[in-house]
Amino acid sequence: MRNWSILFALAAIASVAAFLYAPFSADWWLPNPPDQTHHVISAFGREIDNLFLIILFITGAVFIGTQVVLVYSSYKFVDEMDEHGKPKRAATYSHGNNRLEVIWTIIPGAILVFLAVYQVGTWASIKFRSAAPRVAPLAEITARQFQWVIRYPGPDGRLNSPDDLVVVNDFHFVKNKQTLIYLKSSDVLHSFYLPHLRIKQDAVPGLTIPVWFDSDTAGSFEIACAELCGWGHYKMRGKVTIHETETDFQRWVSDQLTEQNKSQLTMTAGAEGR
Amino acid sequence: MHEPESHEGAPGVTAPGPESDPGHDHIHPAPGWFLTRYIFASDHKVIGIQFLFSGLIFFLVGGMLAMALRWQLAWPWKPMPILSRLLWAEPSLGYQMPPEFYNKLFTMHATIMIFFVIIPLLTGGFGNFLIPLMIGARDMAFPKLNMLSYWFMPPAMVLITYSFFVEGGSAEAGWTSYPPLAFARWATPGSLNGQTLWLLSLLFAGISSILGSINYITTIVMLRAPGMKLFRMPMTVWAMFITAILQAFALPVLTSALIMQTLDRVAGTNFFSPVGLTVANAPPVVGGGGPILYQHLFWFYSHPAVYVMILPAMGMVSDIIATFSRKPLFGYKPMVCAIAGIAGLGFIVWGHHMFQSGMNPALGATFMMSTMLIALPSAIKVFNWLGTMWGGRIQFTAAMLNAVGFVSMFIIGGLSGIFMAASPVDIHIHDTYFIVGHIHYVLFGGSTFAIFAAIHYWFPKIFGRMMNERLGMIHFFLTFIFFNGTFYLMHIVGMHGHPRRIADPTVYSYLQGAGVIGMNQFMTVNAFLLGFTQLIFVFNFLYSLAAGPKASENPWHANTLEWTTSSPPAHYNFERIPVVLHAPYEYSVPGVDEDFLPQTKPFPGGQRLEPAHS
Repeated sequence: MRNWSILFALAAIASVAAFLYAPFSADWWLPNPPDQTHHVISAFGREIDNLFLIILFITGAVFIGTQVVLVYSSYKFVDEMDEHGKPKRAATYSHGNNRLEVIWTIIPGAILVFLAVYQVGTWASIKFRSAAPRVAPLAEITARQFQWVIRYPGPDGRLNSPDDLVVVNDFHFVKNKQTLIYLKSSDVLHSFYLPHLRIKQDAVPGLTIPVWFDSDTAGSFEIACAELCGWGHYKMRGKVTIHETETDFQRWVSDQLTEQNKSQLTMTAGAEGR
Repeated sequence: MHEPESHEGAPGVTAPGPESDPGHDHIHPAPGWFLTRYIFASDHKVIGIQFLFSGLIFFLVGGMLAMALRWQLAWPWKPMPILSRLLWAEPSLGYQMPPEFYNKLFTMHATIMIFFVIIPLLTGGFGNFLIPLMIGARDMAFPKLNMLSYWFMPPAMVLITYSFFVEGGSAEAGWTSYPPLAFARWATPGSLNGQTLWLLSLLFAGISSILGSINYITTIVMLRAPGMKLFRMPMTVWAMFITAILQAFALPVLTSALIMQTLDRVAGTNFFSPVGLTVANAPPVVGGGGPILYQHLFWFYSHPAVYVMILPAMGMVSDIIATFSRKPLFGYKPMVCAIAGIAGLGFIVWGHHMFQSGMNPALGATFMMSTMLIALPSAIKVFNWLGTMWGGRIQFTAAMLNAVGFVSMFIIGGLSGIFMAASPVDIHIHDTYFIVGHIHYVLFGGSTFAIFAAIHYWFPKIFGRMMNERLGMIHFFLTFIFFNGTFYLMHIVGMHGHPRRIADPTVYSYLQGAGVIGMNQFMTVNAFLLGFTQLIFVFNFLYSLAAGPKASENPWHANTLEWTTSSPPAHYNFERIPVVLHAPYEYSVPGVDEDFLPQTKPFPGGQRLEPAHS
């Protein structure tokens, strides 16, 4: 019967091993740029990952401690009979230990309160509206089944004016710059998820929710929809492009504006005229 | 703390004679007619068995749905062998699973497992069967109400099954059914008709639970045998008691949310739709409501519902671990307080499901604190289970293995919950597979292992026959391995940002790595093996039911009252209402020949009746 402790031990060892292996694989670890497994590209991402790791270490320690006790007990205290069919050893007759109860209430309680208090600052800086950067919004992102409609201010610098640039599933911003967007939904719930930036915010019809973030790395990443939004939920993917400089970004905006403002009439006429 | 309050006239030392309590010895005859005996039965044992069977049947249905959805995750759009042709025949698309069908799979898997399997099995099945037997009563306080509580379930089961066959198919807005997706009829095929049936079905299931919970509370308060003081009740009864209180207070809120959503769907009300909402080019509604309101109402019930699904499991596991460690439960009163603490805190933590929902982030900060604190009573319980095993004489029966498996897996489920409680970390892992892993470590690693343990433990009492121990051990061994193989890596893919509820993860380039695809396929293979392993259990259950060796009155040498009567118990449970002399966990008492001391047996001379806690 002692062999059962091996099963419990193996499960615990495999559980720890999976998290020990994870940092060595880009596919297992937290999502980061493909060639930089351990480089988190956003400031909030670095804070969140640190908090994640703190919890991982604390829970890992508790996990190992409790599993060691569980495996040891199921090895050491297994019932064994002598040759007369009598138990070799009597069980301890004890109803508990109040001092132990107090100890294992206060210590985990203190750790949990510490964790909660320690996290509040990061939570506030990511979500509290009072912490939003005092910058003009870069874009207004409206989620709908099953795409991200992204509206940038046009040459007049104002959102929701006739010269706005509207693109679908193609979000651009500039590196090393606090970026603020307004998030909306025009039908059901969606969730704006930037896995590499560790940003997630539900888009709720009827609400306009500010979201802000930054990135220290240029490159291409993805928007995922993280809230079930219907049959096409799985394919509600957007591209994210982070530009090296503001000039690059402005060049992209003016290119897109030119594209958007092409008259279909002249295009048709041109095609027929040839 | 040391002196339990006495609320009975004559506690402890002088056992009240039968003449002091004449009403209890009045025995009703068992109904002779087949229909009132086995179908429309008011006997709590028969009702418990009815819940047990219907729960186990739906367990198979829910499990098969899960296997189908795992297939799609591992091999997206590849036709499933045989099933594809039967279920979604569209030869022109190469028999691919339609994405809305995938959404139906996870919606119905969760709905069935939660509302038709785990809650009915734990509270309906074991609650019904065990509460009167463990407190020494002849039946529930309201037997007819009890019958009604079961018979609210079949309409729910019919509606949920029928919903697969209506136009548009079954509901597919997730088991949470957030509006507007759930009420906007053209938002997705399942919202056309299936969602209405889903709502009605859950209303029936909810009413069933409300009726049951009122009965459990009344029974435990009013019908305890003489001497069964509150702090002499087994942990199972304590857990069922507190669970019933949770259900009685939380379920009305879910009921109202479901009715509001039903009205939004069929009567044109606007509880959950904002001004001018239009979905899928349907004409705009007047609006004036809010989608987030539904989330508050839903989680006000559904977070306590998570505890409805785990507290009875904790109670039963406490009894099983004490019995097979041949040792008194470590810290009985702290265990009771921990359950009460979980239930109390359970009402003020629902907001942690809504950290990213758009509700005021300041609320998120307070919900983070309360959610962190609810980990504390769970931790206390784990420490006490380990304390019970420490220094015991552990007998690894199939029941005990499943109970220890419960503790081992619940540790993982409890610890992974701390990640979500931390709201900044939750920003990243919310709605990813990390959550899916967590919930399965609690509800499969926790509740389901506890259900297996409880079935192996109480099967002799329920059916009067023993289950096969060897098959039970093989079943546990394989289930434990494949369970971990199926669910553990969900934490890893979730940490990597794999969203839940997506039909095809390979849409995203960061999920196209060989590692992610490999993990998804590994989990699917394990899920299928896990599913097939359950056939061993089905065989053992049915074979033992028909041909298992006859069980004695007390095969496990346990202390609680149900083991003092015959197996299976007669219609009236106890020939004479037992008189309870002490707490239920007096195992290996020094000076007693046997290593157990039933609650009806006095301590040997000179010993105190309530041993002080050291």
